[in-house]
Amino acid sequence: MPRRRCFLGLLLTAGLATAACGDSTSDTTGGITVFAAASLTEAFGALGAAFTAEPGGVDVTLSFGGSSDLVAQIDAGAPADVFASADAESMDRLVASHRTAGQPRVFATNRLAILTAPGNPRGITGVAELADPDLVVVTCAAEVPCGAYASELFATAGVTVTARSLEENVKAVATKVTLGEADAGIVYATDVLAAGARAGGVEIPPELNVAAAYPITALAEANDPDTAEAFVDFVLGPQGQSILTSYGFREP
Amino acid sequence: MSERASARPPAPILALAALGVAFFVLPFVGLLWRLPWTSLGGVVSRGPVRSALWLSIRCSLAATAFATIVGVPLAWVLARVDFPGRRVVRALCTLSMVLPPVVAGVALFFSFGRAGLFGQYLDRWLGITLPFTTWGVVMAQTFVAMPFLVLTVEASLRQFDTRYEDAARTLGASRWYAFRHVTLPAIRPGLVAGGVLAWARALGEFGATITFAGNFPGTTQTMPMLTYLALQTRPEEALILSLVLIVVSFAVLVGLRERWLGGAADPGLA
Repeated sequence: MPRRRCFLGLLLTAGLATAACGDSTSDTTGGITVFAAASLTEAFGALGAAFTAEPGGVDVTLSFGGSSDLVAQIDAGAPADVFASADAESMDRLVASHRTAGQPRVFATNRLAILTAPGNPRGITGVAELADPDLVVVTCAAEVPCGAYASELFATAGVTVTARSLEENVKAVATKVTLGEADAGIVYATDVLAAGARAGGVEIPPELNVAAAYPITALAEANDPDTAEAFVDFVLGPQGQSILTSYGFREP
Repeated sequence: MSERASARPPAPILALAALGVAFFVLPFVGLLWRLPWTSLGGVVSRGPVRSALWLSIRCSLAATAFATIVGVPLAWVLARVDFPGRRVVRALCTLSMVLPPVVAGVALFFSFGRAGLFGQYLDRWLGITLPFTTWGVVMAQTFVAMPFLVLTVEASLRQFDTRYEDAARTLGASRWYAFRHVTLPAIRPGLVAGGVLAWARALGEFGATITFAGNFPGTTQTMPMLTYLALQTRPEEALILSLVLIVVSFAVLVGLRERWLGGAADPGLA
């Protein structure tokens, strides 16, 4: 009995000790942490891999979420080197709290689209039809960029759409639609592309649509400022831009 | 036994206990320190805040009620009836307590969602959809909160000597009468404690609710969800919402302090 207790005690101490020194970002591997809007999930996954494949081979750790959520995390001290936002408002908040290194630059634009079930069984052709109370429509919450864009879209189109749920980021909206829980969702055109065969998409005409400008910046408290700037330059450079275009983003 | 006279706990115990107290108290100190007290009235009287609070209270109470109605008989069966596979059944019934809440939400989603295994029939045959409705919130909260009540009541029932019940029966009481007037008063502290735990768990439920029921002001937007969204763009508001939840929870805990600490040692004495 005493032996087993001693062993358990050692195990517990060892566990506690290693838990604390688990993640240190300021070590010699030279990796960077990139916080990016949820709609950039697929594109930045590819960008990160391409950046690591470059000579110099720097690891890129990606963290995705609603842009406003990520700003709150960075403000609270989350260890990020680069931030890519889905709108200017979220980025402006970081500039105002002096968390950015230099001026943010727009690296891509996006626009909204309607996500539906595969084959568009409800035959939705435009934003106006989303006002139908029998249709289960979901959008992002107004606090998140895609939610603010959606409100702008409805205002421009002059329709009143009552969403059944206001999700915390655009991928949650896409999930509810692809899993059959909602009939339609307001997402970015890039999310329709990313959903592939699991969903259908309805385009929104340019005169109604919003132009979402995505800014990117290195952060003031980056652990590795030089690599952070290098990543930003990579995203803005020809290789980064062609990757973004292949995922449905448009030129800045 | 000679230390009884001094009654002073050893220093290491005191130190660790003090650390424990600090661990619990300091976060609240930080919250209260940063709270914008002047905006308190304004925020609390906002429409979305009041509807979220009212929704949270309604749903958590309903969830606790369901948990009690179904959970007490379940606890009774688990405590008194010896059937094959009892251990497995008990584990399954309390699994949602240890699951990460979002996993519970995922499970509910794929079973009772509109396209879910059972949900699709509910939708097709009865026209009932649970996601995006207040009942969906109640269901998610009941799912994660009921195990607390079941476990606490089962433990109380096990501790209660069944000979008191048998004595009542031999004196002519019906089973229901014996349960109501002999067993129930004895397990009341356990029942109340379980009910409070279940209610607190239901009130704070977030992961399962947002996954299964969604988020819409007035219908499914509970206080935790409103707080989470507020934190992203209006942190001062998140602080005030947090304070409201803390005050409500604290009031309940203090109000039930007597029952919590009151002994169940003597059955039969209500």
